[in-house]
Amino acid sequence: MAAAGILRFATAGSVDDGKSSLIGRLLYDSKSILEDQLLSIEKASQQRGSGQVELALLTDGLRAEREQNITIDVAYRYFSTDKRKFIIADTPGHLQYTRNMVTGTSTADVSVILIDARKGVLSQSKRHAAISALLGIRQLVVAVNKMDLVDFSEHRFDEIAQEFSAFVAKLGIPQTEFIPISALLGDNVVEPSASMEWYSGPTLLKFLEEVEPHQKPFEELRLPIQYVIRPNQDYRGYSGRIESGALNVGDTVEVSTGSTARVQSLYVGGQAELGAIAGQGVVVELDRDIDVSRGDLLFAPTSPPLVSDRIEAIVCWMTEQPLELGRRYLLLQGPTRVSATVESIVHRVDVDSLDEQPVSSLGMNDIGRIIVHTASPLHFDPYAVSPGTGSFVMVDPFTHSTVAAGMIQEAVSKSEPEIVTGKWLWLSIPIDDARSLSSELRKFGKVVVVLPNNLDDVLIKDFLQQGIHVISVGGNPMPGSVKVVIEGQDTRPLTLEAILSLL
Amino acid sequence: MGISLLQPVQKHEHLRQLESEAIYTLREVAGQFERPALLFSGGKDSIVLVHLAQKAFAPGGIPFPLLHIDTGHNFEETIEFRDELVRRTGATLLVRYVQDSIDSGRVREETGPYSSRNGLQTVTLLDALSELKTDAAIGGARRDEEKARSKERVFSHRDVFGQWDPKNQRPELWNIYNGSKNPGEHFRVFPLSNWTELDIWQYIVSEGIPIPSLYFSHVRKVIQRSDVLLADSEFLAKLPGEVPELRRIRFRTVGDSTCTGAIESNASSLEDILSEVISARVTERSGRADDRRSDAAMEDRKRQGYF
Ligand SMILES: Nc1nc2c(ncn2[C@@H]2O[C@H](COP(=O)(O)OP(=O)(O)O)[C@@H](O)[C@H]2O)c(=O)[nH]1
Ligand SMILES: [Mg+2]
Repeated sequence: MAAAGILRFATAGSVDDGKSSLIGRLLYDSKSILEDQLLSIEKASQQRGSGQVELALLTDGLRAEREQNITIDVAYRYFSTDKRKFIIADTPGHLQYTRNMVTGTSTADVSVILIDARKGVLSQSKRHAAISALLGIRQLVVAVNKMDLVDFSEHRFDEIAQEFSAFVAKLGIPQTEFIPISALLGDNVVEPSASMEWYSGPTLLKFLEEVEPHQKPFEELRLPIQYVIRPNQDYRGYSGRIESGALNVGDTVEVSTGSTARVQSLYVGGQAELGAIAGQGVVVELDRDIDVSRGDLLFAPTSPPLVSDRIEAIVCWMTEQPLELGRRYLLLQGPTRVSATVESIVHRVDVDSLDEQPVSSLGMNDIGRIIVHTASPLHFDPYAVSPGTGSFVMVDPFTHSTVAAGMIQEAVSKSEPEIVTGKWLWLSIPIDDARSLSSELRKFGKVVVVLPNNLDDVLIKDFLQQGIHVISVGGNPMPGSVKVVIEGQDTRPLTLEAILSLL
Repeated sequence: MGISLLQPVQKHEHLRQLESEAIYTLREVAGQFERPALLFSGGKDSIVLVHLAQKAFAPGGIPFPLLHIDTGHNFEETIEFRDELVRRTGATLLVRYVQDSIDSGRVREETGPYSSRNGLQTVTLLDALSELKTDAAIGGARRDEEKARSKERVFSHRDVFGQWDPKNQRPELWNIYNGSKNPGEHFRVFPLSNWTELDIWQYIVSEGIPIPSLYFSHVRKVIQRSDVLLADSEFLAKLPGEVPELRRIRFRTVGDSTCTGAIESNASSLEDILSEVISARVTERSGRADDRRSDAAMEDRKRQGYF
């Protein structure tokens, strides 16, 4: 087994599924709750008139949530056993806190999803699994809780496990472990259950102690530079953390600005060393005077990252102010900072059904696929390969708040010839309606011209070849155009949706 | 349960991960801000911070000053240790005094047996940060210390009044820290967020970091006030009937001498302390009289800009 390190896991469940109780139970049974903490929650439990000690109070910290009795923000909790140290990100379950779930899951190795045995698989449970998959989680633990309230029924447990497995299969998560528990009574959390002899798997804690965090097989050197160290005229050291791969004195490295150099010396944790590996913070001295500054990336010339000023990414929108196409945002990728705009929204992902829907904007807690245009080229790897160089956040340059979290999927090449041709539609609506429709379509990134129906079709083909959509109105549909008949009054929203699905 | 003790640091994979994370955070501060400062209290967490900052920037020196807010009620040992640490590391030390805030009328001294300058520090600190135009104040707070802290970000935003808004924190994902802000606002940065008290002690042991003698068992005059032991000094106002007595004690946290509780202990080496921490049944802040004022005390003080 690898040296005892840290396992980070995120808990997710719907309200009242028992997340807080479960975490309280883990801390309590692993003897990580200290006497005065226990006294303080006993006191608080009494004040609220509850008969037994509410272990949930251990994690529900902020005053507002203690008053409202809900978890409203990501809380981090710590405990350790002989095997390893654990960091729990306790995230809220309500729909309006999807962004907090994304936040808590972003640093997790494993997701623990809670399902209330009485309620079975809810859309929220699915949403949590879907978000975990998007964030690259490879291991799910599904804790089927409140087994005491369903008579510890094996049949009920199997039913839930089957239904949920079918859903998880669609997400491409390779490992899912189902464990029947009672957070309230402690069954199968730390101690095996005496009431569920039909279950022979590990307790939740045992599973978490033994699960091997998924190792990313990516071994190419990626070293984003954080800060330049210049104690005197003769020394310039470039500091940063090796995100992947290894680096040795004598290696040739390329800088994202284009130059190459050899590594002259290396410091790791204040000591001169000959080599360093992923996860270590280093200071690199190069053998020649080249321009390297914060935000540049060092890599091996034989395995460069992707480079593009247009990327396709999946984002979670994190703020009330909706995404605005064309507006300037700051994009932070590790220590790299660049201006960026959102060129278009490919679609929104409904995390409950996994459906992809055309939209003109993303609002708070929405997850969508977008095309981002950056002011200068970004050096990156796809998130699935390398989260360290494939993740970013977007910041509003006026409010300074973090508005989105993104996972880069691929580069969108600029030089790629526009093989996409426009669509030619004939609509049964007045020309003025067609014009306002076209301006709405533009918000979705669709370039559309509206033309009366008696024009030369050479002109129309010209537009289509440039990828511009043509909407003809009036007269009869011309050969080659797609006829769309809109019926009834007040059909604008319907029309928009129908047309978008055609373009 | 507990992780086996006293192994060299390279055996402690979790410590290496925590160290690397903290070094990353410190370099983000140096990279993102113009005028950072490291809040140095003389306690073990801020001593560990200084050690990490040395590692983060070697072979260079620490590229920001240490800022000590001196309540004037410090233990002598703390001040001696501080000055020695500054000599040893070559760091720049800035000191601002609560006494000056009192003299200039910025704050009024509390009176009575429960009086403490701990609360007054906030004003001196905020004044110092604006005087020095500090845009990032690095602190040694850990999320495991106190309930309200479990939700605090590593880069924690403060408005122009130095206040924290727990309901409106920026989401913090992966290793990406957003330090953008308006002029006059600042950040508190907590590189030790994910450390526990046990991690701190294990790290001190395995790195051989010097700490003040206050942490080791010694005989001292103390006053027992309900279940807290407070060091007797000219600064501690006594209740009727309170008589100082000699006890063998040590401190688990080191702050203002009027509100830092001691525990009875024979732990005279780092190893002893480690075993004591592992079997501890009382969290470390509970010895601090100032947290007892109310269950939500910490949250209230943090909103006002406390450390
Ligand atoms: N019977 C039973 N009740 C439970 C169990 N786990 C949690 N509860 C109760 O369910 C309620 C909600 O629990 P809580 O931990 O606050 O849920 P959260 O909203 O997911 O954090 C509380 O009243 C708990 O006591 C369990 O395993 N069995
Ligand atoms: Mg809860």
